[in-house]
Amino acid sequence: MSKNTVSDRFRKVDVDEYDENKFVDEEEGGENQLGPDEAEVDSLIRQGNLMGALQAVLKNPPINTKNQNVKDRAEGLVLKVLSSFKSGDIEKAVQSLDKNDVDLLMKYIYKGFEKPSENSSAVLLQWHEKALSAGGVGSIVRVLTARKTV
Amino acid sequence: MKFAWLDFSSKTSEVPGGMAYHSFLLEPITCHAWNKDRSQIALCPNNHDVHIYKKDGAKWTKVQELKEHNGQVTGIDWAPDSNRIVTCGTDRNAYVWTLKGAQWKPTLVILRINRAARCVKWSPKENKFAVGSGSRLISICYFEQENDWWVCKHIKKPIRSTVLSLDWHPNNVLLAAGSCDFKCRIFSAYIKEVEEKPGPTSWGSKMPFGEMLFESSSTTGWVHSVSFSGSGNRVAWTAHDSMIAVADGEKTATISSFVSDSLPLLCVTFITENSLVAAGHDCYPALFVYDAGKGSIAFGGKLDVPKQSAQRGVSARERFQNMDKKATSEREEATLDTLHKNSISQVSILEGGKSKCTKFCTTGMDGGMAIWEIKTLESALKNLKIA
Repeated sequence: MSKNTVSDRFRKVDVDEYDENKFVDEEEGGENQLGPDEAEVDSLIRQGNLMGALQAVLKNPPINTKNQNVKDRAEGLVLKVLSSFKSGDIEKAVQSLDKNDVDLLMKYIYKGFEKPSENSSAVLLQWHEKALSAGGVGSIVRVLTARKTV
Repeated sequence: MKFAWLDFSSKTSEVPGGMAYHSFLLEPITCHAWNKDRSQIALCPNNHDVHIYKKDGAKWTKVQELKEHNGQVTGIDWAPDSNRIVTCGTDRNAYVWTLKGAQWKPTLVILRINRAARCVKWSPKENKFAVGSGSRLISICYFEQENDWWVCKHIKKPIRSTVLSLDWHPNNVLLAAGSCDFKCRIFSAYIKEVEEKPGPTSWGSKMPFGEMLFESSSTTGWVHSVSFSGSGNRVAWTAHDSMIAVADGEKTATISSFVSDSLPLLCVTFITENSLVAAGHDCYPALFVYDAGKGSIAFGGKLDVPKQSAQRGVSARERFQNMDKKATSEREEATLDTLHKNSISQVSILEGGKSKCTKFCTTGMDGGMAIWEIKTLESALKNLKIA
């Protein structure tokens, strides 16, 4: 028997890497994306202006950056804002957002589900229910199909 | 009626609103095409064949079986005037079928592709047809008289993934293509051997073969379906991220899009110059209206007339069980109240053309075909405004 029939390592080669027509996403400069402003958001929370904090934390989403730290920081900040709301106020907060912000909120919610921490999933589930009635299943479809996300 | 799905006979049912729904199969109808007078429908019953059904009063009887493909038939188009059928399949082939007496005879067309063919459309003048495939290109096929043979030319650049859908512009030259690389594009499929140079259009005036005259900015979803309006000045497409968009050639190709809160739409067609009917995974056709002045698209309403299901009371025991199992005390509907019981994959115009459609047809993964009359829908759904 020749040597070639013994090893099956060739089966683990990713042939798509060698395809010259391999699809590569367009590069959109994301190096300058720093995520939402932590200082601004923190001060709004301390003032008790939770609606303002929500608006602020949904600005400058780190969608295009490859920097994982920036993304983690943004996610943590969003979770802090979402946890500060009282359950009864969540619905009104979601109603105040426009369509794009509801989609963005959905992205952060699913990101939050990926790495659950103490009580985070319960809070996120409450927000998920309200965001779903505002954005419909379409907003979840856009979380699944997004090429670049938070 | 609750167990209607157990009834294996193929039957038409008259449903409220005068719409007709015919259950052909228990399997999905992969694709369909109508003949000129709408007396016959050719469809693929989720296998390698094409079955032709003829209208027989209120029934549909199978009259032909076209067996030639070695893989699932992914696209069928029936040329109304020349009465030829073109089919394409996952076996990387296309066949042009001509009626010889009572038999349909196939002619193989070499597409020169190394992946499955996904969609096929005759051009308006029926002297060419286009095939989209997984080979990331479009094959434009035309008949070469000297060799008595169909030949094809390829449009490749800059398509980066499978071409899922095609639609021809009324000038017989421009072709819209929706692809898995998230873009809708308009190409020139001008073939000098079979036609004169085309005049200028709202998309451009220079149209050499393969020229790209329009490319949409990315959505983040595969473009499932494309449709030119009746005039050819507008093109609409639906994408997998639950978006529907329209590009207006007369306004330097500005794109208006509608972010939907329902599931992705798989098929779309213009029914007037401003109105679109689209359907997909939500199992009902929906109306969308394009406002050129505002550059926006609005949702015009769900085009389905649900059966009135008897409302029976929920017992206390049921409420407790629902709370225990599903954490909800509402009685959930386990059945769909739409006409189609599964995703709608294709929509076709039956009467009136794309400019003044009066009747259209949908087929889907529930093996059923529904015929929708615009007049009946307008009277049944009070707020419907077809612009």
